[in-house]
Amino acid sequence: MSYEMTGIIVLWLFLYGYLIVASVDFGAGFFAYYAKQTKKDHLINQLISRYLSPVWEVTNVFFVFFFVGLIGFFPDTAYYYGQTLLIPGSIAIVLIAIRGSFYAFENYGSKRSNVYMFLYGATGLLIPAALSTALTISEGGFIQEINGDVRLLTGELITSPYSWSVVLLAIVSVLYISSSFLAFYANRANDGQALGLVRKYALFWSFPTIIASLTTFIALSQHNMEHFQNMIDLWWVFGLSVGCFSIAMWLIYQGKRYGLAFVFVMFQFFFAFFGYGAGHMPYLLYPYVTVHQGAAHEAMGLALVIAFILGLLLLIPSLFMLMKMFLFDADYVKGKK
Amino acid sequence: MLADSVTMSRALTSLTLGFHIIFATIGVGVPLMISIAEFIGIKKGDPHYILLARRWTRGFVITVAIGVVTGTAIGLQLSLLWPSFMQIAGNVISLPLFMETFAFFFEAIFLGAYLYTWDRFSKPIYHWLLSIPVIIGSTMSAVFITTVNAFMNAPQGFELNGRTITSIDPIAAILNPAAPAKIFHVVSSAYLASAAILAAITAFNIIKKKSNPYYKKALKLSMSATLIFALLTAIAGDVSAKYLAEHQPEKLASYEWHFDTETGADLILFGTLNDQNEVENAIRLPKFLSFLSFGDFNSEVTGLEEFDEALLPPLWIHYLFDGMVILGMYALGISMLYLIFLRIRKWNEENKLLLWLIVLNGPLAMIAIEFGWILAEVGRQPWILRGYMKVAEAATTSPHVGWMFFLFLALYIALGVIGVSVLRKLFRNNPVELELEQRYPHIPKKDDFS
Ligand code: HDD
Ligand code: HEM
Ligand code: HEM
Repeated sequence: MSYEMTGIIVLWLFLYGYLIVASVDFGAGFFAYYAKQTKKDHLINQLISRYLSPVWEVTNVFFVFFFVGLIGFFPDTAYYYGQTLLIPGSIAIVLIAIRGSFYAFENYGSKRSNVYMFLYGATGLLIPAALSTALTISEGGFIQEINGDVRLLTGELITSPYSWSVVLLAIVSVLYISSSFLAFYANRANDGQALGLVRKYALFWSFPTIIASLTTFIALSQHNMEHFQNMIDLWWVFGLSVGCFSIAMWLIYQGKRYGLAFVFVMFQFFFAFFGYGAGHMPYLLYPYVTVHQGAAHEAMGLALVIAFILGLLLLIPSLFMLMKMFLFDADYVKGKK
Repeated sequence: MLADSVTMSRALTSLTLGFHIIFATIGVGVPLMISIAEFIGIKKGDPHYILLARRWTRGFVITVAIGVVTGTAIGLQLSLLWPSFMQIAGNVISLPLFMETFAFFFEAIFLGAYLYTWDRFSKPIYHWLLSIPVIIGSTMSAVFITTVNAFMNAPQGFELNGRTITSIDPIAAILNPAAPAKIFHVVSSAYLASAAILAAITAFNIIKKKSNPYYKKALKLSMSATLIFALLTAIAGDVSAKYLAEHQPEKLASYEWHFDTETGADLILFGTLNDQNEVENAIRLPKFLSFLSFGDFNSEVTGLEEFDEALLPPLWIHYLFDGMVILGMYALGISMLYLIFLRIRKWNEENKLLLWLIVLNGPLAMIAIEFGWILAEVGRQPWILRGYMKVAEAATTSPHVGWMFFLFLALYIALGVIGVSVLRKLFRNNPVELELEQRYPHIPKKDDFS
């Protein structure tokens, strides 16, 4: 396999990793706020902060890893996205900053102020919306290159049904992923009351997720026929995704095997995300950057792949340790440590 | 809006980096101090040191959070504000940037583990072991990012024709001639500034409250560290100057207002320039510039006359250089003074004046860091990649950078204000005296000589 394919697969894997861990986190923010408003916070907020506090920095690094790696493997993306994403990118940074500091400030600082809880909840939905814009733009049609000067067509972007369907999909997926994870975590913690609540959330958000996926699919056919056609050719991947969705829903509905259910949720998104990505090939930014001509030189590509392998040898055992300590240590989860 | 996008991109980059570097510096240095304190506590079986490590950690979490979010900001802004630069540089120097994210990853994982496991291990030394990867992670991230900055000063490992790059050698790019001196200096100064700030906080508490054995130990530890790191920083600064004399003589000559190539060159402190670019009102240290440059009082130092004026940085950076060196000397002097007072039994190392001087040393060390970076960055002007690409060619052409500047200004003001107030509340609501009482009710409150 060529190193640029290795590169894009690795990066896509990390973006997928970010999608999962960050969704858990973003959605939890919204639920924490919602629970507070509906006076149910005593039920779940303890649970949320116990899981999230030790891992938020790790979540953030997934994202940093993705964009640093993208620029490394495909420097042309720095140019095109950099030129065009100044405003959405800056807004995303500000939201991430507000959210990141939230943990530190509220966990170690003072009481939970209402303003901050609101920001925490709101950023949980706004960040995915802002970040998903980058994927929307990658479909082409929102960027214009005139005499070497690249511009974002803001008007087109905010009037496009496709772009709004992506935003919607991002938001509902976040809530769905997060609630199914929290159901698993609450179950592990033997916290029946919390489980009852988050299980309801998970069931509630599953249908909007499927509907939004379909809508996005249809909107894409209006926007980028080539990509749509590629995805139709990969129909079986999306079929697997829907299959995993059904199993996950069935398990949660039955109220058993929450861990397995969450694994199926992860597979559901894995298939959908890789199906989408595979259909996108070979373009990183339609039609300006492809994985082949946008790639870094061979020497750099090779060096990055080697660095990546060495890095993984370091990270995997460490991540495993972290998960053992905070996710699979039953006493910790139950709040006894 | 406002000035052109090049100027505003520079302003926004300066703003973000100037803010990030405060927290990055703390992020590099404080884990080392925490680890030392915990280690001494475990070895001596002294709960004061353990408590010290705990309390430092608690404050550290807040600064880390700001460091991480501002770091994420600068990471994205590099592409958003300097797309052409990143397109070129990405091809050559993305390897250390990539490795830096691994270092963060490593640090983040173990920091999470360190924070939440104080009482989980049967042997306390296991908990201490978790601090080692945190130190390695944060120091390595400083090392990697510094190689990137060094590369901007001494680019190598590629060939550039127009906008196409060939013959890329990522390893040569990392091992550029500027890297060793810069890494040494950046890391040692981060350790110095962190130790100085912790000492300053301790001294401030002694002034405001009453001294007790806990504070005494904290001050002794942090001031000893300040002395060691101040020595290392001064040595590293000297190494940096020698590097510049050899590889970037125009930069050193600008720092030093050294106009004419001569042997036995004087070191100029402060002063002003008149219309003919002659130095007035300065303190001259005879032949010291030659010594600083080559370790020989009679060596020849290249002057500004030999360079194209259009390719020289602004000369006001001279004052920043003087400021940085003097602040370094101050840190060295004050830590020596304190240790002398500590040694001589009759002298009280906790006299008010000395304590205030120590308090002052904290913010001054951070100012020295800021001076150092502005000096190094502005001193590279007009280049963004010395000899290859100018800053003006690298910036985004987006017209909205000005608005983004104000957006981020507001963000950093909010982060700074909220961060400081959270830190103050954190320590005020849980004073040392109370925490000692609760955690270790059995240890004596006063030691024999206080
Ligand atoms: C606590 C902070 C601190 C202190 C006390 C000093 N420095 Fe420094 N200096 C830095 C913090 C710093 C820095 C922030 O780390 C810089 C900015 C960029 C860099 O590479 O290091 C720097 C840059 C820097 C440079 C420019 C490197 C370049 O442009 O590539 C020189 C020549 C020196 N220093 C020399 C000194 C000398 C001779 C000192 C005498 C004691 C000194 N510094 C004290
Ligand atoms: C242009 C220069 C820089 C860039 C692009 C940059 C980038 C970043 C990024 C992306 C992060 C957040 C990582 C995370 O999510 O955990 C970060 C944090 C950090 N940066 Fe910077 N950085 C720069 C300069 C520096 C310098 C010069 C130093 C050291 C002297 C430094 C030290 C750190 C440290 C230690 C952290 C982690 C905060 C902590 O955990 O304490 N950075 N930086
Ligand atoms: C973290 C430590 C650093 C600090 C505190 C710092 C500080 C600064 C300052 C004050 C400026 C403004 C200079 C001016 O306006 O003339 C600047 C410019 C800049 N820095 Fe650095 N710098 C650091 C490291 C880096 C690194 C590692 C990179 C690249 C990866 C970088 C990239 C830039 C760029 C692109 C500019 C704008 C161009 C310029 O004005 O030179 N900086 N930095």
